Amino acid sequence: MLLLRRALFALALLLAAFPARAQDPFAGLTASGFDDIRRGIEALATAAPPQAAATIAALQSGNLLSGPGGVLVIKQGDTLIDARTGQPAPGMTVGGVTAAGLRPVRVNNAVRRAAEAAMGSLTLFSPDTATRRKAAEAVFKSRDPASLEPLARAIAAEKIPSIRAEMEEARAALLLAIPATPEPEKLAAVATLRERGDLDARALLANLKDQPAAVARAAADAVTHIERMEQLWAVAQGIFYGLSLGSVLLLAAAGLAITFGVMGVINMAHGEMVMIGAYTTFVIQDIIRTSAPGLFDYSLFLAVPAAFIVSGGLGIAIERGLIRFLYGRPLETLLATWGLSLVLQQAVRSIFGPTNREVGTPSWMSGAAEWGHLTITWNRFTIIIFAMMVLAALMATLRYTSLGLRMRAVTQNRRMAASMGIRTPWIDALTFGLGSGVAGMAGVALSQIDNVSPNLGQSYIIDSFLVVVFGGVGNLWGTLVSALTLGIVNKFLEPLAGAVLGKIVVLVLVILFIQRKPRGMFPIKGRAVEA
Amino acid sequence: MSLIRKMLRGVGLAATALTALAAVPQAQAQEPIKVGILHSLSGTMAISETTLKDVMLMLIEEQNKKGGVLGRKLEAVVVDPASNWPLFAEKARELITVQKVSAVFGCWTSVSRKSVLPVFEELNNVLFYPVQYEGEESSKNVFYTGAAPNQQAIPAVDYLMAEEKVQRWVLAGTDYVYPRTTNKILEAYLKSKGVKDEDILINYTPFGHADWQNIVASIKRFGSAGKKTAVVSTINGDANVPFYKELGNQGIKATDIPVVAFSVGEEELAGIDTKPLVGHLAAWNYFMSVDNADNKAFIEKWKAFTKNAKRVTNDPMEAHVIGFNMWIKAIEKAGTADPAKVIPAMIGIAVPNLSGGYSAMMPNHHITKPVLIGEIKEDGQFNVVWQTPGTVVAEEWSPHLEGSRDLISDWRSPLSCGNFNVKTGKCGGASK
Repeated sequence: MLLLRRALFALALLLAAFPARAQDPFAGLTASGFDDIRRGIEALATAAPPQAAATIAALQSGNLLSGPGGVLVIKQGDTLIDARTGQPAPGMTVGGVTAAGLRPVRVNNAVRRAAEAAMGSLTLFSPDTATRRKAAEAVFKSRDPASLEPLARAIAAEKIPSIRAEMEEARAALLLAIPATPEPEKLAAVATLRERGDLDARALLANLKDQPAAVARAAADAVTHIERMEQLWAVAQGIFYGLSLGSVLLLAAAGLAITFGVMGVINMAHGEMVMIGAYTTFVIQDIIRTSAPGLFDYSLFLAVPAAFIVSGGLGIAIERGLIRFLYGRPLETLLATWGLSLVLQQAVRSIFGPTNREVGTPSWMSGAAEWGHLTITWNRFTIIIFAMMVLAALMATLRYTSLGLRMRAVTQNRRMAASMGIRTPWIDALTFGLGSGVAGMAGVALSQIDNVSPNLGQSYIIDSFLVVVFGGVGNLWGTLVSALTLGIVNKFLEPLAGAVLGKIVVLVLVILFIQRKPRGMFPIKGRAVEA
Repeated sequence: MSLIRKMLRGVGLAATALTALAAVPQAQAQEPIKVGILHSLSGTMAISETTLKDVMLMLIEEQNKKGGVLGRKLEAVVVDPASNWPLFAEKARELITVQKVSAVFGCWTSVSRKSVLPVFEELNNVLFYPVQYEGEESSKNVFYTGAAPNQQAIPAVDYLMAEEKVQRWVLAGTDYVYPRTTNKILEAYLKSKGVKDEDILINYTPFGHADWQNIVASIKRFGSAGKKTAVVSTINGDANVPFYKELGNQGIKATDIPVVAFSVGEEELAGIDTKPLVGHLAAWNYFMSVDNADNKAFIEKWKAFTKNAKRVTNDPMEAHVIGFNMWIKAIEKAGTADPAKVIPAMIGIAVPNLSGGYSAMMPNHHITKPVLIGEIKEDGQFNVVWQTPGTVVAEEWSPHLEGSRDLISDWRSPLSCGNFNVKTGKCGGASK
């Protein structure tokens, strides 16, 4: 009798449990297939229990774990929290993860997209402005009709005009996606998107289907309008890209402008000075990572002087040990420095290994800023500023310091300078050191946009010579103008001719130019050049 | 020192040969079998190829611990062709004629393979080539243990069409033979699937390209036409690092425009901050994250051998493991390491691969492989999101290209031909 009652009770429990399981909005997340998980997220977003947003956020960051029997927990540091209740889950420490059979919920791109869309509609009312902005963007992308009603409420409640505008745009996108929307509202929506005017808006408008004739016409009109605006912006964007490439060329060539331009040494190992600067950055970051991780964002500020000293010191050693014996013999200098560049490459390969080294980007240099429809990436922007600062510092050194005065004196008339009591060999060493040091600083900048590998320098050496020769040997202003010109011309040719052909065209143009003006754009006049 | 030892051994060998002919087989049993390793240890390709040299040394050491093969030890002969394509041919000749190796494991780029191919055919030796390549080739003397296009590129495109509903394609590659041929095959394949001309954008960049700003911007613009867009990347070498960095900086996420790469593996990701890349895809026949006992054991051995707990494994390494094990089996089957006898013995040999299954050497000198699609994870590893139910047989002559449609390769006698034209019934008929 007792047994029967117990059995009945168990049966009742079981029956009660089944519908409960079916209604459990979290159930889908414990499934193993990607499709089931995706549907689970959608179901969770529709049901929207209080813990939904926290759970999906955990899924996005890889901290949502599921286990056998529908267990679903969020990992927060060392503790586990039950995803359904938000309370600490007893008896399951992180140490026991494998014992309890917990595994991260599997994620692929479809799941990620569903999670973003779900977070959009779930966080429209978040107190954090950045989250609300992201939510509006997510709704704009997902265009889930179910979000329309919460979106309308969010717009009414929103106080910050820019976020409200983004929400309005999301609403416009939604309205166009719902076939039942009346025509005037649709036309207004098209106008809103036309106002937004970016590539996302164009994508949406270009892809409208089954719309009333008037709406379709307005949309097509808006698409042409957006495209025309985009073309104008593309020119501005191209100039930014060109400036950015130009400033990289400028950095790589500035040191060479000193060693080759001022001293006349054909230094094929110049690229390796750049490479050593980049490796110095790597070493500095490595030290900071192990000893003071908090200072990582400032690592580059330390790396710049360090790279200057390392490359500059090496430059002085090279001048004293090798180049001073070869003055006046350009062919031998060329061969000797080329050999030196191979030695330096292989030395770095032996010390640091043949594989690329990872140089981290400080957080303030990551990402991009939108300015109008321009995308300005922070790393490129920083490098433009840095290149200008380096050039300014270099010019100031040459112009206003006694070292600069002596350098100019030695290059203009070596014998006269020597008779005035200037120790010309030392000035040669310091000048070469300065050029190499500047190359080292260029290495710090290049480590942010290129690979830190033993071959880093090779890819810049030809370009550097090109810039210096095109600008006019011995003239820093010429180097600046020539670097920026080559950068911009390159970036405007690239979309037309492709990257490979673009480079060839630039090279041919420079050769033709040099044929006409052998001394470059801004030749130095006077007797000094003839010597 | 070792030279003196070799000379002494040679003298001893000659003496025994002279005194008693019966002693010769025994003396031969002492002689090690030489294995040539032809991977660049300096220059641009050193980044990828040095690892393959190390994995070969590990495999040889391990085999010697098991007692070698046919009672003879294996001896590695390492040369450095220095990423210099003509030097590859010279070094190959040196390995075969001077060092008298029984097989060579080597090459990475297709250019280097094309450069050594005539040498191997002339001297009738064996090359094991471990890298995924563009196909359109089948030599009697080469065993291709990497993927042909239909074992990597085409399944990846199929995956994007079916799972991500991609309708618009950017084919971006480095400007040399592998990307150009692969993209030609892919373009023909996409068009056969009804993709229109204006929905395909092809872009080539030089080796080591570093400034990706306007290429990434043009991908972004191409992707905003309202159709789901994906990038199929055959960008090779370290140009990938600035490419992915620029994608991250310009905010192109895998959920918007996924990039599927054929030349980006664990080794390449080791030099990048992978956070902005999460979700981008790669297609390979092996991932380090594949979960099975064989692979775990291999990773353990590799870490112990390199004495570095952070070392990663990748697809071409697995190809060398398969190739090496097949070669050992073929020697055992042929009863000799003589290349002329080993080559026919290779066909039909099956060994376990590290993705959990068996790979077999087919008559076209290519192997069967499973195809895996992985998504990049934050730790630089891949999360396998899809894989073929079984292994795929390589199509060395692509059926999607005009010139190679009618060609087949079968190195078994009596056909024994790498480019037999089934229309004309002739060997070597009109490959191009």
